[in-house]
Amino acid sequence: MNTSNTPSMPPNEVGRGSFIPVLRSEWTKFRTVRGWGIGVLAAVLLCVGFTFLVANGNNEGGCTGPPAPGSGPNSPGSNCYVGHPFVPIGPNGEAVADSYSYVHHRLTGNGTVTVQVTSLTGVISTSPASEAPSLTRTKPGLARWAKAGILLTSSAKQGSPYAAVMATGGHGVNWQYNYTHDQSGLPGVVTNSSPRWLRLTRNGNTLVGYDSTNDATWHEIGTARLAGLPATVNIGLFVTSPVTFQSTSGGAPTAATATFDHITMNGRATAADWKSTSVGSGPRDYYPTLGASTTRRPDNGVVLSGSGDISLAVNPLAGGDDASSIVWFGLLVALIMIIVIATMFITVEYRRGLIRTTFTATPRRGFVLATKAIIIGVVAFVVGTLGSAAGVALGEHRLIANGNFIFPANTFTVTRVIFGSGALVGVSAVAVLAIATILRKSASAVTAGIVVFVLPYVIGSIATGGVGTWLFRLTPAAGFDVLGTLPRSTLVNFPQTMANGYYPLAPWAGLAVLCAYAALALAMAFFVLRRRDA
Amino acid sequence: MSDALRAEWTKLRTLASTGWLLVGTVVLTIGASAAVAAATHVSGENGQDPTKLALIGVYLGQSVVVVLAVLTIAEEYGTGMMRVTLAALPRRLVLLGAKVANVVGLTFVAALIALVGCLVVARFMLPADGLNPAHGYAFVSITHAATLRAATGSVLYLILIALFSVGVATAVRDTGASIGLVLGLLYLPPILAQVVAEPLRQHLLQIAPMSAGLAVQATTSLRDQPITPWAGLGVLAAWATVSLLVGGLLLRRRDA
Repeated sequence: MNTSNTPSMPPNEVGRGSFIPVLRSEWTKFRTVRGWGIGVLAAVLLCVGFTFLVANGNNEGGCTGPPAPGSGPNSPGSNCYVGHPFVPIGPNGEAVADSYSYVHHRLTGNGTVTVQVTSLTGVISTSPASEAPSLTRTKPGLARWAKAGILLTSSAKQGSPYAAVMATGGHGVNWQYNYTHDQSGLPGVVTNSSPRWLRLTRNGNTLVGYDSTNDATWHEIGTARLAGLPATVNIGLFVTSPVTFQSTSGGAPTAATATFDHITMNGRATAADWKSTSVGSGPRDYYPTLGASTTRRPDNGVVLSGSGDISLAVNPLAGGDDASSIVWFGLLVALIMIIVIATMFITVEYRRGLIRTTFTATPRRGFVLATKAIIIGVVAFVVGTLGSAAGVALGEHRLIANGNFIFPANTFTVTRVIFGSGALVGVSAVAVLAIATILRKSASAVTAGIVVFVLPYVIGSIATGGVGTWLFRLTPAAGFDVLGTLPRSTLVNFPQTMANGYYPLAPWAGLAVLCAYAALALAMAFFVLRRRDA
Repeated sequence: MSDALRAEWTKLRTLASTGWLLVGTVVLTIGASAAVAAATHVSGENGQDPTKLALIGVYLGQSVVVVLAVLTIAEEYGTGMMRVTLAALPRRLVLLGAKVANVVGLTFVAALIALVGCLVVARFMLPADGLNPAHGYAFVSITHAATLRAATGSVLYLILIALFSVGVATAVRDTGASIGLVLGLLYLPPILAQVVAEPLRQHLLQIAPMSAGLAVQATTSLRDQPITPWAGLGVLAAWATVSLLVGGLLLRRRDA
């Protein structure tokens, strides 16, 4: 840095080890172009503004059928509502579906329920999307995740901790608890000639599920330890059947009917008889259901019909928003502005011939590229982080004021989305700077940057055949996957697609794809810069 | 005027980038259509629009047309060539007219080749994706009136995009900023429309240059389109007219 004071230094030593002054001079170049300062500020403001606009555009309320005369919204019997339907929250703070038919006892202390399932059939709604589904317009068909079996739950409140052993429509016998845990038992479909025996026992906080084909040899499927289970719980038979995409791409509600025989219960029950209820099928519950019914049979038997699901909530059924669903568009706008600025940061020097002065002052060209990359990367990171943080805060406030449902996300997830937004914009800016260094022209660098990041969203919305998903896996647009917050579940047969808010890669994997592209571009730029005359 | 035309034609013709950009327009348009056709697998009875799918490459190809159009004017400002040009041709609107005529001519040739290529590619690739008579879809064919309209409309669309870009570049005078602005105006509104509620969504799609202009590509379920095909192209024509008017006015009023 004091090269002027050490004339004895050989010429090729000039500038060696003087990274900080190069950084300072490049920062001065960036800082003193007024248009870029305005552009950076505008990028933050546009990100916040568009995030707010998107959030503000989401209004909840509507009618699921013709409005009933003389009854206001949200009242019983009315098809109209204001605000978002009720989405239950599970024991770990996740949004869940919890709708089913239930025939149950109150059980105090330890106990066991055993039952034989002799049939499981179903119907699929054929009502058009504009009408409320009803049992009068259906066709036969059983959803793969239709469930019938024994359910133990701490209370009838939706979202309660539970464990259940069940026969399903297409996944054999399963042991599931607390909405996300699943273990498989006997395979195959339940029929009259091939019934399934199910058993659920409670011993303190430990619940165990068993299955059998003959009531003689029992096989343990799985165990659940539900901490804080009260002394008295609900235990009984349940049937539910989720929205299916088996026959229509739009999804249709279904109902399932199961025949239970030889019901036995060991343990201290608080009432003499079974009580039947329908959980989570009220007019304010979000999960579309087709109705429920219970018919007693002789010899401790029952035929139970139910509709709904016990699983994680998925979009668009839950109709929820999340931080990423409101912020991504604002980020895209900010990204385009940053792409233009990052390109100009180097191409302007080539156009004006300043690059020769720069290389005369700093012969180590790698330093010039590195300092430019650091400056544009940090500036862009700050733009993305600030825009995302302010946008999400303002936008979620607006969403709540408009009566929307926001998918619960913990602090870690929200922090990841906000800093991930910064990383997305920052790494993209570095990649675009590198491309612009290679091409030395604004036109191709700006076009390439915009097309790569924006076109996947356009193509993805037009071509429904899965093209968009691949673009968000393989191209630099995979960086947007860092915004994903919706939890995926293999226990739901549902198109968890981009259009529904499910990004195709894990957050950090998506960012890693973008980083790989940026590193490649930077390496090529470094190579080209050293080999070429300025 | 003919001298101005010849001068501008010489400038465009002798730039290495012009040829590459024209080839790029054709290759990217056909290539994107082919890639989407290769990645598409249609199952079920949902109403796809084979013609629209065939011409989807225009979404990518237009970005090259934008670059070509912006370069013809913004690059002259970047290099300082503009002062020489204006010294030789003091009548600025004649100059702009000559540039527009040349860009339109080149865009027309590239667009024509690109769209014929798209239709040929679609005719041979889409039936394998399930878009064939066995699934209730006709083959993509130019003899089908709606397909003919979609293809010729797409050629007109690319020409209008070039006009719009020339106007913006004349006003903005910087290559990077002009391309950023034009591509932002083209690509962002349809994406924004995905995330806002009605009726804002509908209005956005009706006035945005790309979504309105490319309504001309729709051949099925025309009732569900936000705007009718030719009216949509008219909206884009209005954008191009306004941008050229503003660009022309600024060109006359401002020092180069």
